[in-house]
Amino acid sequence: MSEFEPIIVTFACHYCAYGAADLAGVMRLQYPPSIRIVKVPCTGRVDVHHILTAFEKGADGVIVAGCRIGDCHFKDGNIKATRRVQYVRKLLKEIGLDEERLNMYYMSSAEGARFAEVASEMTEKIKSLGPNPLRKEAKR
Amino acid sequence: MIIANRKPFEEIKAMVAPFNRILVLGCGTCVTVDFSGGEKQVGILASELRMARQLEGKPLETLEYTVQRQCEWEFIDPIAEMVRGVDAVLSMACGVGVQAMAERYPDKIILPALNTVMMGMPIEAGVFVERCAGCGNCVLAITGGICPIARCSKNLLNGPCGGSQNGKCEVNPEIDCAWHLIYEKLKAMGRLNVLMEIIEPKDWRPAGGGGPRKIIREEVRLEV
Repeated sequence: MSEFEPIIVTFACHYCAYGAADLAGVMRLQYPPSIRIVKVPCTGRVDVHHILTAFEKGADGVIVAGCRIGDCHFKDGNIKATRRVQYVRKLLKEIGLDEERLNMYYMSSAEGARFAEVASEMTEKIKSLGPNPLRKEAKR
Repeated sequence: MIIANRKPFEEIKAMVAPFNRILVLGCGTCVTVDFSGGEKQVGILASELRMARQLEGKPLETLEYTVQRQCEWEFIDPIAEMVRGVDAVLSMACGVGVQAMAERYPDKIILPALNTVMMGMPIEAGVFVERCAGCGNCVLAITGGICPIARCSKNLLNGPCGGSQNGKCEVNPEIDCAWHLIYEKLKAMGRLNVLMEIIEPKDWRPAGGGGPRKIIREEVRLEV
């Protein structure tokens, strides 16, 4: 059986994490192919619905990647996102999914290496948790 | 507006456990503004329920809809077709909306997803406080616009009581003493003389002490 390759939906802020992901590519840094990037204008735009929909449609993990606290282009979008992520982690627990499948990370657009590190770290974590049991082809 | 709170997820899940197809019905008025039962909360609850049931191997089909107001016939009549097609309706309205649905659709199981808590307002984003108890006989004119019925733990009419300490209530130090607020407000306005008048014992019949309340406005009735 081939090794489980997770799908991790990453909501990346245009002003930081998306730039960091781009930089990681330019720097030729290796990171797992599990990451699926959704560019958002700010993590403050990421709603509870977006994260739940990702899980319902079978994502094994979700990353919300925003600017460092204090660096948000829109002042406090990343703080709002942090609160929402905390809320959705609570919902995941209620549903019966491991809350560790969802995480928020902070980085600047200059941190290509950090993005690669986060991608690897989350991929390892999800691999240890196994596939999202809601995924159609997932083995129970 | 009416402020409500979503019931614990486990309780809601247990309520809908016997059903395979439900309508999660939101209300577009008070509970939308207080973020407990609007269109967004309908989507979140429906998604949560679908996933939880999927994990249990007993998939749940959900319809999601939000009417402008669940407490008026004209808004809940048009969804008759939708209601007919489901096993039960999970209402995310206040208790009034749930009862309106139960009365309009007597053959359908209508379940409440919220606990209706109070009449109040948001004092800042995400913080809601009680402001009116619906006592049926408003005293705000003589209490500086601060309600001692809704905001004093003892509903005192001639307060404060001995439990008022440094402007806080003895019931919970997070509660402001309503009578302290009233005194400070009237003092700032130079209207302390208002407090010289003793408020007579309150007639609690209009507050519900005389049974369920009903108001008839003859001038707007249509029946002849």
